[in-house]
Amino acid sequence: MAKLRGAIVIDKDRCKGCELCAATCAQQVIAMTTAVNQKGYHYAYMANPEACTGCTNCAVMCPDGVISVYRVKVEA
Amino acid sequence: MDVKDIIREENLVYKKSRLLTDTPFNFCPGCGHGTVVRLIAEVIEEMGIEHDTVGISPVGCSVFLYDFYDFDVVEAAHGRATAVATGIKRVMPDKFVFTYQGDGDLAAIGTGETIHACNRGENFVIVFINNGIYGMTGGQMAPTTLEGMKTATCPRGRDVKTMGYPLNITPLLAQLDGTYYVTRQAVHTPAAVRKTKRALRQAFENQKNKKGMSIVEVVSNCNSGWGLPPLQANRWMEENMFAKYQLGDMKVDGVLQMR
Repeated sequence: MAKLRGAIVIDKDRCKGCELCAATCAQQVIAMTTAVNQKGYHYAYMANPEACTGCTNCAVMCPDGVISVYRVKVEA
Repeated sequence: MDVKDIIREENLVYKKSRLLTDTPFNFCPGCGHGTVVRLIAEVIEEMGIEHDTVGISPVGCSVFLYDFYDFDVVEAAHGRATAVATGIKRVMPDKFVFTYQGDGDLAAIGTGETIHACNRGENFVIVFINNGIYGMTGGQMAPTTLEGMKTATCPRGRDVKTMGYPLNITPLLAQLDGTYYVTRQAVHTPAAVRKTKRALRQAFENQKNKKGMSIVEVVSNCNSGWGLPPLQANRWMEENMFAKYQLGDMKVDGVLQMR
């Protein structure tokens, strides 16, 4: 059966660390860094990249449009 | 498969609209304003009408729209967005015109302009952000501030004995003969965001077909004004705001949907 694999790219200096993306991710892919970006926010990153399905929910929720989503179908 | 192999141009399924500039939004972290600003850009990009679109941004948190959009935006005085939009739409009837207004703007200082523009059935789109906050001025409540709701700009909360009741303005506008499409949405979950985008698309399609006034109200959070982190603010909104401001369509294709 084909499986969906996804990946996200976060524009870290535009991220304001609101955590809406991390809370909406059903696969718990996203977490916030302990480091801060140039604005002083803890920005989002892919903590668990293997689990991402590329569902785009994080990008749809992001108020600042910092997330780009990529998705491929992988034959298992 | 490695993440690097997934991140390729041909696998891209979502990215920020090209109609949004690289200027970071002035909104606070987690604010629903950003989501709606983004959705409008996506709808305009999908319809391919960016060269024929004029946005109107009056005073409030919406004021800097011209920095974020890569299409024309005109500033209006506080509350006068629908008056300015009327002028632009009448001079250039083939342009797509929308106003982007907060509750302090649309339902307080601009109530007269809003009601009369709707009653005349002007053919443009009103996007109305309702977060119960008069965000940019201090010491006063918005007309939509809930009873007893204490906010950064209204620290004592609403006392209905002296200040009256929260103004639920969108159902009033739906009653006017001039409005064609009136809906109330939210942006607190991915499903709600997708629904709001469909509503915005419908509103712009109505304008394209010269159907008359379309109003999309979005009940939004105001984390800073409410003094809550974004996730808690969204929960608070579900528990308190939605009771007074129920989501759903109020008027579709000129037909009232309310009970």
